Amino acid sequence: MSRVRRAAKAVWEFVVGDDWRTALGVACALGITALVAASGAAAWWIMPLAVLGLLALSLRRAAR
Amino acid sequence: MSGPEVALALSVFLACAVEAVEALTIVMAVGVTRSWSSALSGVAAAAATLAVLIAALGPALDAIPIDALRLVVGGLLLVFGLQWLRKAVLRAAGLKAQHDEAEVFATEAEAAREAGRSGQGFDGYSFVIAFKGVLLEGLEVAFIALTFGANQHRIGLAAAAAGAAVVVVALAGLAAHGPLARVPENIMKFTVGVMLTSFGTFWGAEGAGASWPGGDAALPGVIAVVVLASIGLVLWLRRTPAAATIGEPA
Repeated sequence: MSRVRRAAKAVWEFVVGDDWRTALGVACALGITALVAASGAAAWWIMPLAVLGLLALSLRRAAR
Repeated sequence: MSGPEVALALSVFLACAVEAVEALTIVMAVGVTRSWSSALSGVAAAAATLAVLIAALGPALDAIPIDALRLVVGGLLLVFGLQWLRKAVLRAAGLKAQHDEAEVFATEAEAAREAGRSGQGFDGYSFVIAFKGVLLEGLEVAFIALTFGANQHRIGLAAAAAGAAVVVVALAGLAAHGPLARVPENIMKFTVGVMLTSFGTFWGAEGAGASWPGGDAALPGVIAVVVLASIGLVLWLRRTPAAATIGEPA
């Protein structure tokens, strides 16, 4: 494995860890928040709901 | 200090203390069983590496526009914080082993005794193990301190909180002459997970363009929601069949 790939893998494991679905969910939730906020509607409630939902799903997967 | 600044200092202090306790255990294990001078050289080399990293990244983060910074850092803190919180909830629910510094110390010390030794003088094993331990634990602390500090333009405060935690843990280690097994590490990790997740949620939403009702005053509300939800998830997981199986005697 090249140094660049090893470094990229280390960064991935450091930041994303063993649950990439949660990281993807966070990115999607931020995107939806940006879209709703840009439309002029209240968007503050999206992130807390998304975060709690992602945590619950991640825990359910881990508990299986 | 304002409320968010107190929360910043507390979060960085706790996160840094947790990581410093883990690094201390590794350094003590190789120091006691092999060579203190080589282990401490590894600590110094790791600290110097971290200092260079922080000196390079700190000013760069400060130069990024605040909304872009909050979006990126909020997202990263959330991904990072949810990992901490997930593990902490699993530990509290009995689905993951509690972190035990005495056990880690015994394992590390045993590995250090079994590793071959080239001779007297500088001990490469102690140096490398101490360097890796401090660098890896320190990277998490540097990440948390830099992101928290940059978001509130208080990198100095974050660095002071991190430094204070290292000093307190080092002094406690000197006084205890061993790993800090009685530090409530699991509760501290739960608290850090809650804080990282809450700040990540708050800053991420702001960076994406959302406005919180009440501005900064909404942050304690976000923290309260995350705490209550986490406790609720612990209680829910304790009732799962997996938790019941783990709780049975072997």
